[in-house]
Order: sequence, then C-alpha cells, then structure tokens
Amino acid sequence: MLKRKRNLLSIGILLLITIATITASLWSQTSPSFIDPTLRLLSPSSEHWFGTDHFGRDIFIRTIYAARVSLIVGAVVAVVATFLGTVTGLIAGYYKKADSIIMRIVDGMLAFPALILALALVAALGGSVANIIIALGFAFWPIMTRIVRAAVLQVKNVQYIEAAKTTGASDFVILTTYILPNILSPIIVQGTFTFARAILAEAALSFLGIGVNPTTPTWGNMLQEAQIYISMAPWFSIFPGLGIVLTVLALNMLGDGIRDAFDPHAKKQLKKRKKVSQQKYA
Amino acid sequence: MSQELLRIQDLEMHFPIKEGVLQKTTGYVKAVNGVSLSVNKGETLGIVGESGCGKSTLAKTILGLLKPTSGDIFYEGESILNYNAKQMHELRRNIQMVFQDPFSSLNPRMQVGDIIAAPLKVYKTTKNVKHRVQELMELVGLKPEYYHRLPHEFSGGQRQRIGIARAIALEPKLIVCDEPVSALDVSVQAQVINLLEDLQKELGLTYIFIAHDLSVIKHMADRVGVMYLGKVMELSNNESFYQNAQHPYTNALLSAIPLPDPVKEKERERIVLKGDLPSPANPPSGCVFHTRCPRAQDYCKKNVPLLETKEDGTAHTVACFFPIEHAEQIQK
Repeated sequence: MLKRKRNLLSIGILLLITIATITASLWSQTSPSFIDPTLRLLSPSSEHWFGTDHFGRDIFIRTIYAARVSLIVGAVVAVVATFLGTVTGLIAGYYKKADSIIMRIVDGMLAFPALILALALVAALGGSVANIIIALGFAFWPIMTRIVRAAVLQVKNVQYIEAAKTTGASDFVILTTYILPNILSPIIVQGTFTFARAILAEAALSFLGIGVNPTTPTWGNMLQEAQIYISMAPWFSIFPGLGIVLTVLALNMLGDGIRDAFDPHAKKQLKKRKKVSQQKYA
Repeated sequence: MSQELLRIQDLEMHFPIKEGVLQKTTGYVKAVNGVSLSVNKGETLGIVGESGCGKSTLAKTILGLLKPTSGDIFYEGESILNYNAKQMHELRRNIQMVFQDPFSSLNPRMQVGDIIAAPLKVYKTTKNVKHRVQELMELVGLKPEYYHRLPHEFSGGQRQRIGIARAIALEPKLIVCDEPVSALDVSVQAQVINLLEDLQKELGLTYIFIAHDLSVIKHMADRVGVMYLGKVMELSNNESFYQNAQHPYTNALLSAIPLPDPVKEKERERIVLKGDLPSPANPPSGCVFHTRCPRAQDYCKKNVPLLETKEDGTAHTVACFFPIEHAEQIQK
C-alpha cells in the first residue's frame, strides 16, 4: 500500500497537519485569540503568513489551531459511528429476526439527510464539541450498519462458519473471531470515509453558527466569520477552506488506497496496468 | 451384530420456496425425503448419489446444523432432536464433520494452530492446548512447526489434514465426512483416505462417508447406501453392493465406473440413464426413479417402493418393485 505515491502523499498531509496542530503551542508565541485592532484584515505577508482577520488575529495560527477541533471531532465520530455500526451490523447480518427490526430503524434514519439530522440534534442538545460528536456519530452510524450487514451476509454462509458451529463455538465467538476479522476491510475503508465526512459536517455546522462555540477557532467558524469579508479579504476564507479541502482530500485518498490494498482484484488490475504501460514504452 | 451408534428414522428435510413480495411459501424443496439409516460403532457407512440428491443436507441434519421437518435421529438410542442447547452442546463433542472444500472450510484469517485449537478451547478439555494441537498435527501428518502459519500457505491436501485434525480434536465417536476428497487431486485423495482409515483404526472412529465417487466408497465403506432425490434406493454391505446390485439406478451408477484396464474399459457396457435429474421441488409420483428407469412400468408410477429387506435375510435392501435378480446379473 505504501508503494503508491498517492497513499504516501495523503498520509504525509495528514501527519503534517496533525503534528502541526499538536505542537502549535510549542513553536508559536502568539495565541490564536490574540487581538490587535491595529492589524485588521492585513493581506498575507512574511509576518502574518496567511494574513489577519477582522480582529487582527493571525489566520495562520488560527487555521493550525482549528485543525484540533476538526481532527478530534472527525476521529471520535469515526470511532463512535464505526463501533455502533459494526455492532448493529453484525447483529442484523447474523440474526434474521433482529435484521428486520434493525434495518427498518436504519432505513428510517437514512431517510433523513445525515447533515439535517445532525443539525436538528445539535439544535436540541446545544453546541459543544461533545454534543457535535454525539449528533454526528448518531447521524453516521446507519451507513456503517448497512455496509457491515452486507459484508456479514456474504461471509456467514461460508463453510468455515459452519465448521465453527460444528465445533460448538458460541455465536459470540463466531461473530468476533470468525466473521469480524473477515469483514474488516470494508469497515476500515468506510471508517476512513466517515472521518472525512465528519470533518466536513462539523465545518458545515459551525459555518451555520450552531456548531462549536464561536470563540474557539474551527475551520467552520472561521469561514462563517469570513463570509462578509470575502471580496475585501479573500485570504480570510481561502486558508481555512484550504485546511478542510486538504484534510478531506487526504482522507478520501487514503480510504481509496486502503480499499485497493485490501481488494485482490484491484491489485491484479494494477499489475496489468503496469505491464501494459511497460510494454508500451518498451 | 455390533452396537448401533446412530439411527436415522424417516428423516425429512423440506426447504420452503418463498416467492413474491409477501414471501408466501409456494412449495418445498424436498432435499431429504424419508431417509432411514443406521450406523454401527466402528463401521464406515458410505453414502453415494448424484449432486443434489440430499447427501449434504443429510449430513447437516445429523450435525444439528439444520432442524429436520420430520423424522427422528437417535444417538446411542436417545432421540437428539429434542435436546436442549446444553445437551446439544455436549453431543457436538461426539459428532464432528470433515468438510468438502478444504479452501472455504478454514478461516483464512486464523493461524492453523488456532483453527485446530478452536474446539479444544470451546470445551476446555485440556489445559495444555498447544501441546495437544501439536500432537494432533503430528497425528494427521502435519509438521508441528506449522502452528503459526495461515491456511493459504498450505496445499489442498494439507488443508484437508487441518480439517481432519480439527474434527478429531475432541475425540468424537462419529465423524461425518462430506465428500472429504472430492476437491483433491487423485494422488492426494489416496493419502487423505489412508489417513482417515488409519485414524479409524487408531481412535475407533465411526464414519458416515459421503461421496459421489464409487471407487472411493468401495475402498472405504463397510456398508453402502445409494441416495436419489432425497430417498435411499439401496442399502447393502460393501461386497454385495458391488457384486450384486439390485436397483436399476445402482446398476447404472456402477456401470459408469471407468476400469483401469484399457481393453476391458473398451468393452465396458455403460448404462446411460435418459433424461435429467427431476427437481426435488417437484419429485415424480410413485417411485421417484421411474422417469429415468429402464425397467419402469406403470405400477412404478403409482406406488412408492419401500426399502425392504429381502426374504433371504441378508442385510441387502432395495427400494424397487422390479429389482435386478441375482441370476440375471450372473448371466450378464
């Protein structure tokens, strides 16, 4: 998997952003909320790499700090949704009776667009990082349930499951040691995509003003503040936007890369493609 | 007469065919349709038949993987169909299975040692699981060093040995072998069959050996049963079966065995059955074989032949109104 440049690039971008945001307080003396009214809406310069905003705060520092919220929300939502979806998906796929109940609930939830559902939940719960995580986790798990269920249905009639039953293994053992390891790849791939979608959704919620507290820098908050200055100070909205684009793009590419790495057919095709191109240039 | 280990009585396994939006049952696939058999301790009962005749369904029912529609199964004289979960769990120790496809019957993500250890861990029979697994691996002819390898690193024959090791791990009394060699090369087949025979001698196992290869059955089985469309057509001891087959279907099957001698092979007279295997969802009336039987008469279309013991008192039984007589066979 690491052989492909695309995968290396996406891992590189993600690592860079993560390390930058974790170590931000070590290498920058300016606080992300340091206000200097004399430096309002300055364009990018060597002193303020990404310019300053309407309160004179440094956009570079704020963009870096904002990654914290996005990455935390994305990661935790991905874990929560994956966990919930995997558990329900395993049960729905394995037990026929539970299937009809769980899948009707999932169908019902999928009838709402995930973002609208999250929006309603955040509006009800109030905007904080924890509530956003709850809302997004709740909005994203049904998709995972579907994927896991489909994978379980594929695997559960294979002979080694039957063999496990004849050796007297309990359902729990069959689900955790026979089925789960064999459907891990779609779960990991979907988990990565959920990560990306959660970052986007968090930004959207913050942009709509019902996300994280406006005093905390997040990419969505910054974009929202920037929208009235978009013609005067385009750098104000470009850089936080770029943060979202890069992170989401990297995650999606990583997801694709993982899928290819797990899929034996894709591997074969890749080899074939290489062969063909070698023949062409030979 | 040796002791009876397992008896199957009038076993029926019908699968509903569901159609339409409302999943209404529109019919049944009669995979096993009234089978009565018994297996004695220490013997090998061979079961042959075309694909789709219900052999594997029968195996799954014996193992309790499927709940039969009607009929009964007795293990050591006790009906096992009404066993509760705990009793069933105990029974599973005594009845194990070797599967047909050595590629799909092993979990690709588990190490070989763990695959063989799985039943030991469920029943906690031994404290030193690893030692026991290595013992088992040696017993079936695998190097104990292979403990940490994954199934895909093995050949078909080796994988089948892993499957056999798993089946004998709990020291069961009965092993159901569902076409254990049909997915293997001929040379490997012989090895696996010899292994199964050695294990039988060593551990006193009883086998129900399902196959579609009559030569394999001839080599392995003490008694042979022929199945056709979910019914047993003929049941006999090995010798009598191959020399004195009485059912026209058995006769046709036997005539299809190729001979190793090319001269004799050329002279071999083949009985080719006309038509296809009827659908088990809609089996023919009367004798299920009458649509393809060269000896069929009107009587066969209306009446169902039962598997009856012949008057001469041998264990050779046949479900046919017009069996091939012994004299006729000799004439041939």
